[in-house]
Amino acid sequence: MRRTTLTVNGVRHELDVEPRELLVLALRDHLGLTGTNIGCDTSSCGACTIHMDGQSVKSCTVLAVQADGAEITTIEGLASNGEMHPMQSAFNEHHALQCGYCTPGMIMAAVGLLQENPNPTENEIRSDLEGNLCRCTGYHNIVKAVRAVAAG
Amino acid sequence: MIPAPFEYEVAESVDHAVELLTTREDAKLLAGGHSLIPLLKVRLARPGTLVDIGRVSGMVGVLDAGEHLVVGAMTTLSDLVADASVSVGCPLLATTAAQVGDPQVRHRGTIGGSLAHGDPASDLPTTLLALDAELVVRGSGGERTIAAADFFVGFFETALGPDEILTEIRVPKTGAAGTAYLKFHHRAIDWATVGVAVVVESQNGSISSARVALTNMGPAPVRASAVEAALAGADRGAVARAAEAADRGTDPPSDLQAGADYRRHIAKVLTRRALTQALS
Ligand SMILES: Cc1cc2nc3c(=O)[nH]c(=O)nc-3n(C[C@H](O)[C@H](O)[C@H](O)COP(=O)(O)OP(=O)(O)OC[C@H]3O[C@@H](n4cnc5c(N)ncnc54)[C@H](O)[C@@H]3O)c2cc1C
Ligand code: FES
Ligand code: FES
Repeated sequence: MRRTTLTVNGVRHELDVEPRELLVLALRDHLGLTGTNIGCDTSSCGACTIHMDGQSVKSCTVLAVQADGAEITTIEGLASNGEMHPMQSAFNEHHALQCGYCTPGMIMAAVGLLQENPNPTENEIRSDLEGNLCRCTGYHNIVKAVRAVAAG
Repeated sequence: MIPAPFEYEVAESVDHAVELLTTREDAKLLAGGHSLIPLLKVRLARPGTLVDIGRVSGMVGVLDAGEHLVVGAMTTLSDLVADASVSVGCPLLATTAAQVGDPQVRHRGTIGGSLAHGDPASDLPTTLLALDAELVVRGSGGERTIAAADFFVGFFETALGPDEILTEIRVPKTGAAGTAYLKFHHRAIDWATVGVAVVVESQNGSISSARVALTNMGPAPVRASAVEAALAGADRGAVARAAEAADRGTDPPSDLQAGADYRRHIAKVLTRRALTQALS
């Protein structure tokens, strides 16, 4: 066991984890933050995307011990004062989800994308969401939602 | 999927990491983990100890050293893409890194891990081979510098010894040379079916030298020497013909992505396109 400090959505947690514990399981099983989904479990689908020190990462491919000391944001941390984050509202408004399984990871990737590139072209949105797979929507409305947030 | 148990140590310095590699049974370095963790999860890798070099200071970032750039092995691919000295001094490094995986992968994956892994389908090894880069490694026997041409030895095999760490990469600046990295890949797989990196020096349409390297056309990245020879001293009209020799001396695999013949075909097409782009 290894003592590991994670600040998740602004709250500091001290966890005792096995070194082989994946970050996504530390979030889901230790902290009960089940908004972050596991899809492929092989680094391909992006369902497990969270932010670690401000950057989008696939939490199924990070060990919890690697995140020791890091600031983590999960889908649960996006809303503030009961108000949805603009990206969450835009996904709702533009019907950017159907089953919703990819959605937490997709939204975290989309928020990260706009942090790095606030005015992306449609092509840039599509290529920057390359690491997130959606089996339902055909992506079209996801791109619309991201464009709407970028346009403000 | 959960990895088999292992001991975990955080290296505080390069020397500390070397010491851990030397003294621990079956120890392995952990950088960004984006090649290693998937292997741990399917238990294709079962190291005794993981030595995490993610917190070693001084292994991150790019330094402009005049004629060349010094890139710390722990620099992430996204930092390479965003680095101003890279986009000015050696844009090929940035355009190659930008084609690796997706943003999440680039936020974690490091240049050192990408080179040390020795995957024949990886992009950066090819580009560093075309750039004639040098790799600086440190182990219990001290420091040595290895030319990219001598580093990639075979299928998932590099010149790194078991107690050695790749610390930095020296990348010559490309100056006025035209460069390009192009790859062909399956829609749902980021790794290259075939890739090509080119560095071409030319004046008024006349080519003084061309360096061409290929991804996934053998167990390790290779230089397309026949193309290079055909272009030295030629004019740009020679590109299409020269590119027809791109597969000469290569040994492409046949796998689920593509057969060897198809790879030979793509190598020629991509080489022609990359040279044309670099000369335009
Ligand atoms: C979904 C996905 C898509 C990808 N797509 C591509 C792609 O399109 N093209 C491509 O080229 N790659 C691709 N990759 C691979 C990715 O680029 C590599 O995982 C990454 O760059 C390797 O770096 P790392 O820091 O993650 O290495 P790690 O996984 O930490 O390490 C890899 C290996 O290198 C060794 N090592 C690491 N650093 C050092 C060092 N400094 N000295 C000595 N040995 C070291 C480790 O012991 C290990 O054996 C992809 C990966 C994923 C998960
Ligand atoms: S569950 Fe992590 S990428 Fe699919
Ligand atoms: S909404 Fe079902 S996978 Fe995207």
